[in-house]
Amino acid sequence: MTKKVKRNPNSPASKRARREFLRAAVAGAGVTGVALAGWFPVSSHADTRLRPPGAIAEKEYLASCIKCGQCVQVCPVEALVLADAPDGFGLGAPYVNAREQACDFSCDAVQCVLACPTGALSHDIDKKEQVKMGKAKLVRPDACLARQNKGFTGQARGADFEGLHRYTEVDRWTPIKVADYDYDLEICDLCVRECPIKDAIELAPMENGPGKTPVIKEACVGCGMCEMICPVEPACIEMEVNPMGSSA
Amino acid sequence: MKRLLNSLKLMLGLAPTRPAKETWTQQAKEMHAYKKSAEQVAVRREAIKEELAAGHSSKKWKIRRWISIITINLLFVVSYHFDVQLVEGALTASRFVGFHMADLNSALQVTLAYKHMVVNLVIGTVTVFLLWWALGGRTFCSWVCPYHLVSELGEMLHLKLVKMGLVKDHPLDRRLRTVLYVIFALLAFITGYTVFETINPVGILSRAFTYGASLALLWIGVLFLVEVFYSRRFWCRYACPIGLTYGFVGSISPVHINYNLENCLHEGECRKVCLVPHVLEITKMGYADDVKIQVGADCTRCGMCVDVCPTQALTFKVKGLDGML
Repeated sequence: MTKKVKRNPNSPASKRARREFLRAAVAGAGVTGVALAGWFPVSSHADTRLRPPGAIAEKEYLASCIKCGQCVQVCPVEALVLADAPDGFGLGAPYVNAREQACDFSCDAVQCVLACPTGALSHDIDKKEQVKMGKAKLVRPDACLARQNKGFTGQARGADFEGLHRYTEVDRWTPIKVADYDYDLEICDLCVRECPIKDAIELAPMENGPGKTPVIKEACVGCGMCEMICPVEPACIEMEVNPMGSSA
Repeated sequence: MKRLLNSLKLMLGLAPTRPAKETWTQQAKEMHAYKKSAEQVAVRREAIKEELAAGHSSKKWKIRRWISIITINLLFVVSYHFDVQLVEGALTASRFVGFHMADLNSALQVTLAYKHMVVNLVIGTVTVFLLWWALGGRTFCSWVCPYHLVSELGEMLHLKLVKMGLVKDHPLDRRLRTVLYVIFALLAFITGYTVFETINPVGILSRAFTYGASLALLWIGVLFLVEVFYSRRFWCRYACPIGLTYGFVGSISPVHINYNLENCLHEGECRKVCLVPHVLEITKMGYADDVKIQVGADCTRCGMCVDVCPTQALTFKVKGLDGML
């Protein structure tokens, strides 16, 4: 159909073609390089994000998540946040910042799992008790009010805290601001009181002294509710992420 | 079939070629001969003079397109912020009144990285595949993609600066997009990460509209600056793998731009406004091997050429629905 025309390598057309090729090579390397830079964050601080309920093992989670945020949209307390550019390949993948807004299972099931179109949140999960986001850990025992046998009065996180929680006795269906709820406790048991999972945490007597200590049990799913509600700054209790996720 | 293959080759970045005279259809031969007569050349010369003097510039399709891009992207935002639940998610994947939709390129990246496809993703992908096959593949680019709008603004600025002599367009080798397509497919498959999604402007913009501004928008800024100051429509023309995915899907679509050789003045105004001018190579004198030709797969059906053509040599056409548009 067409005749191959042999071009003089010094003709303007050949020179133009060479320049276009060179620019394309540089641009291609640039675009690929920028995309691959996303590898550094996932390789250096891997497994540190608390992923949504039902999230499969971290590596597969990042592979399968299509970064659409449908899970974000169904969460009644907006506990899910989409990661930004510093997360590299994790850009757009949801995580939970428990201290700011924990997952308190206000949705009564696992709505985010149902919303996920790709199975990044495993559909094998349909009850909150099956979730394995992580485990709570008492990281600053000395600051714990209960261990010092202290009570707690007022708003758990102060008047300016934006976090939401469903207090069933206030409103069975709609979560309210933690700041709109006043506590008056003889001994601080917020982490136990607000835990959405049965038998996940309890206050146990201490060997020496009158205080009590939070004990995290096997049933804990790592939702982060105790971390969010802990009135001490910084929180005495934090989530230890389970990199194997809820499918394992 | 041969024409489809040529259209795909052109999309993959090979240079357009002038079809040999022996391959022209009889009608095309006659039409070219007729157009070359001294009388017709004079008629065209006069018509071109008039056209350039009149500065024909309809904005019909551009306005329709902008309304489409803005409306669709706004629907996502409105659905979330006012809890209308019409289109939930982002352009990478969504539910349209509960029904799954998945961007074909994002779905491809996820599938290559995860090596597994759940039923919902299959449903979403098939639905969207059929949708864009029917509507013309790269129609997605110019009628839905939010980056297209950003890029169009960049192009306007670029052309202004070019006119003022402040910048110059630097074209790239068009094979780049094919190479990037293969690179990102391989990277997803080998690393098990959706590497392309890290720089996917559609995902970044769509998420930013709905869930709030992000640092990732800096990347959009970089692309914008490159397009304004260095290379016209850099991303859409030479880089974006999404465009190629949709290009394949729409290569045999019923919706296309139709070229009518008889009406054409061959003055080339259409190629000046086109995002992918190689598909309009057929409008050069002696390049059309038939009197009516469907413009190739890489065409985004943006309608800029339709707007600028003074003689309706380029028109929207839907196969099977002649005369309805």
